[in-house]
Amino acid sequence: MKLTTRQEITRNSQYQARLQIAAVFIVVVFLVLIGRLTVLQTVQYDYYHTLAESNRISLVPSQPNRGLITDRNGIVLAENRAVYTVEIYPKEIDDLQATLRNLGGVIDLSESDRRRFDKRLRESRNFDSIAVKSFLTDAEVARFSANKFRLKGVELTTHLFRSYPMGTTAAHILGHVGRISPQDKALLESRGQTAAYRGIESIGKDGVEKTYETDLRGVAGYAQVETDAAGRGVRTIARKASVPGNKLRLAVDIRLQKIGEEAFGGRRGAVVAIDPATGDILALVSQPSFDPNAFVDGIDPAIWRELNQSLDKPLTNRPLRGAYPPGSTIKPFMALAALETGTRSPERTIVDPGFYTLPGQGHQYRCWKTEGHGSVDLHRSVVVSCDTYYYGLAVEMGIEKTHDFLARFNFGKASGIDIEGERSGLNPNEAWKRARFKDKWYAGDTVSAGIGQGYVLATPMQLAYAAAVLANRGTAFRPHLAKEIVDLQSGKVRRIEPKPAYVTHFSDDNLDRVREAMVGVTQPGGTAAQAAAGAPYRIAGKTGTAQVIGMKQGQKYKESEVDERHRDHAWFIAFAPADDPKIALAVLVENGGHGGSVAAPIARKMMDWWILGKAPGAEPTAGEGAAH
Amino acid sequence: MNPQLLRFSRFLLRPLDPQLLSLLGVLSLIGLITLYSAVDESLPRWSAQVLNFGAALLCMWLVAQVSPSRIAALAVPLYLVGVLLLVAVAVNGEVVNGARRWLHVGVTRIQPSELVKLATPMMIAWYLHRHQEDLRAHHFVVGTVLLALPLGLVLRQPDLGTAMLIGAAGFYVLFLAGLRYRIILLGLLGALASLPVLWSVMHDYQRKRILTLLDPTEDPLGAGYHTIQAMIAVGSGGLTGKGWTNGTQSHLDFLPERHTDFIFAVFAEEFGMVGAVVVIGLIIAIVLRGLRIASNASGLFSRLIAGSLSLSFFTYAAVNIGMVIGVLPVVGVPLPLISYGGTSLVTMGLGFGVLMSIHRHRGMLVSH
Repeated sequence: MKLTTRQEITRNSQYQARLQIAAVFIVVVFLVLIGRLTVLQTVQYDYYHTLAESNRISLVPSQPNRGLITDRNGIVLAENRAVYTVEIYPKEIDDLQATLRNLGGVIDLSESDRRRFDKRLRESRNFDSIAVKSFLTDAEVARFSANKFRLKGVELTTHLFRSYPMGTTAAHILGHVGRISPQDKALLESRGQTAAYRGIESIGKDGVEKTYETDLRGVAGYAQVETDAAGRGVRTIARKASVPGNKLRLAVDIRLQKIGEEAFGGRRGAVVAIDPATGDILALVSQPSFDPNAFVDGIDPAIWRELNQSLDKPLTNRPLRGAYPPGSTIKPFMALAALETGTRSPERTIVDPGFYTLPGQGHQYRCWKTEGHGSVDLHRSVVVSCDTYYYGLAVEMGIEKTHDFLARFNFGKASGIDIEGERSGLNPNEAWKRARFKDKWYAGDTVSAGIGQGYVLATPMQLAYAAAVLANRGTAFRPHLAKEIVDLQSGKVRRIEPKPAYVTHFSDDNLDRVREAMVGVTQPGGTAAQAAAGAPYRIAGKTGTAQVIGMKQGQKYKESEVDERHRDHAWFIAFAPADDPKIALAVLVENGGHGGSVAAPIARKMMDWWILGKAPGAEPTAGEGAAH
Repeated sequence: MNPQLLRFSRFLLRPLDPQLLSLLGVLSLIGLITLYSAVDESLPRWSAQVLNFGAALLCMWLVAQVSPSRIAALAVPLYLVGVLLLVAVAVNGEVVNGARRWLHVGVTRIQPSELVKLATPMMIAWYLHRHQEDLRAHHFVVGTVLLALPLGLVLRQPDLGTAMLIGAAGFYVLFLAGLRYRIILLGLLGALASLPVLWSVMHDYQRKRILTLLDPTEDPLGAGYHTIQAMIAVGSGGLTGKGWTNGTQSHLDFLPERHTDFIFAVFAEEFGMVGAVVVIGLIIAIVLRGLRIASNASGLFSRLIAGSLSLSFFTYAAVNIGMVIGVLPVVGVPLPLISYGGTSLVTMGLGFGVLMSIHRHRGMLVSH
């Protein structure tokens, strides 16, 4: 079985030819591959280089320190606390539920923690880490560290969290920060501010935290970090430090605020205290209050429901949002109106039989004092708070004049305080009623307006502002909570200069007469005499009562017979010392009953602190004697 | 030099072709350097590969001692054992990653398809050699059947990559033996015509790989991820590369399978186009040297097997590089002498051992 030589030669040449074909094929294939390499590595190099760099380098923002908020004396009201947070990198985890179960064995994960995590997971769009639980206790941190090796894709980090060391105190002033919600994001996008929030997790949601957000926020720094495919930082290439936010110093005296809050003793209500000469808001009390710390990491739905559904409405900022009938507190302004418009002279006396009737009508508008005050002039009308005097005055003056004069004290307008949510109250007139109810103005409407009832509504903020304008003899300083903003980098201080919002001129004589009448209110025989007893400074004040429910003709209001929530609201407005006012305030106690006995003592405690530096303690308790 | 040492080294080198040996040596060195970077400078893993090289070298040296006729005599038993093992795998194999490829033998497990890679071309070459005086069409038919049997079994596992390599090795034997161009053309047309049928019997993941090749961006985090990341690695390497151990794609975990199937991407990222052309040049040189050995070989078996082995080496390299730079679908084919892995290295060692033996016995008559 041997090949012949000829066969051998033919076979061989065929074989050699095929080898050559193979060799050519090989070279061609490799040339194609080299061609492709050339395209990738030279022609498209820039493209792939960019892709590789963006794979590799990511900007990791670093949270700036949010600016501190202090009271006027530098007492810290809002600060930042380093908090341990457990975060999950969902991209690194195959079975999220199993990981959460394991994690639950190490740290305490409540139902609400799970709910919050689920919400964040839904809202997260990228491959970021998602916080599972913040505010870990030391024990939890220790347990987590010991079990870390079993928890792939779970990391412990520290974050700066806003903290309000005073708890419920001044909560409505400060407001709070919260995690940036999808709505916040949309808003920031529409304002083109998204870039400023890269690396920042929370945003001021309310109060001065919201108003001064831009100052407090600071600027996030960032690190250029080389990251691996799992998104973890491997090493830092470059770093830019974050810039802390500016410090905000408030005009508020937190001790005064506290005295005010404590004076409520659990009742509902509001106080606004203003320095009349500057517009500084010294205290802004809203009771009951809430703990803003609960909002910082996203509020627990159960707490939210409780706060939101409570009949006491702790979230409502009463001094700004609570519009109540001002009641008798309107009388000093009406009295000044009478003098300024020349409607009544100070000497003009009326006789109060205990009621007022419109000419030609039978309806009796009753004075709070059933038996009447007898002969009453302007001074006495304020001191004893005679309703009958003002019914007649309002009718004589007419609603338009009344409206216009009250407008000079900012009734019916927001004061322009530097936090959101202020209501404008209501200073009614004919045009308003026509527009609002498509109804004409009746004489009876004017009668009610004369004693601050009927359609008239005012917030505690407005009454305090009006008192401050009266105290400052017509020069109105716009009320403001912020006193100065300190740039920590440059040390520059931006002062919120007191600037007159407007000036309204009154005759000094008229002004003094009304102010003297208000002083009479706090003297023996006045409706707030007891609360002011023993004060070493003169107080100009006015009590008031705002009706919650209307009384039928001939029906007598008896406190003991009325459901607590239907009782009258108690008002007291004041400024002191009467001749050189340092503080003007308005106190409202919801369903408190009498202004003199319930609201005035709160004002007294605050004025004692502000004027005398005397903390409450040994002063006489408010009696039940004096009404109005 | 010490004369004894000189004698010993002569003893060591005598059976080996110095040209082929030095080319393989340089490529292996590049492989080890690249691997050191690809395993993140982990010495234990790198050392394991050094040991694999040792084993492969030993296999090559031992096989080089054996004459081609003795190797030819092994063709039938090796082929039979290989096919039987493939049947055993089909019946009782272990499923890893959805494919039945492994067989438990006592304490270890083996992948019989590796053995078949060498045994199939040997068997066909042996058969054609036996009938060399009178090669007719029906001999080629039998050769095709001998190829189709293990090919079908490997395809069933399924292992598309290995099947392709076995098919290529067998085809090279038939081609070099003089399979008519007309038949090859017909076969190609038939294959084209049967593509839709093939598509319908393919596994989902195989279809996905082909679709991914056509547009890797369609599923960038899924099936296209390997290809995209590999292309970024290669492309960002540029002309001269990012430097040894400085590849960002590989060292930051973006590149999957970077010490095995995708090691060429690591190399091209760190050494750039210049490096890639050098490596491809080396591979071409090795293949051409293999073909030279085939050209000088005596006896049909030696010629066919030498040619098939050289062309198989080419196929491995081209398929692997083609896959990494996105011109071929992702199939699990390692880059010879560079990818990490003992099995593939030992198979290479055996193959080059056969080449060395054929080279050493060139011009000698093969006994029948």
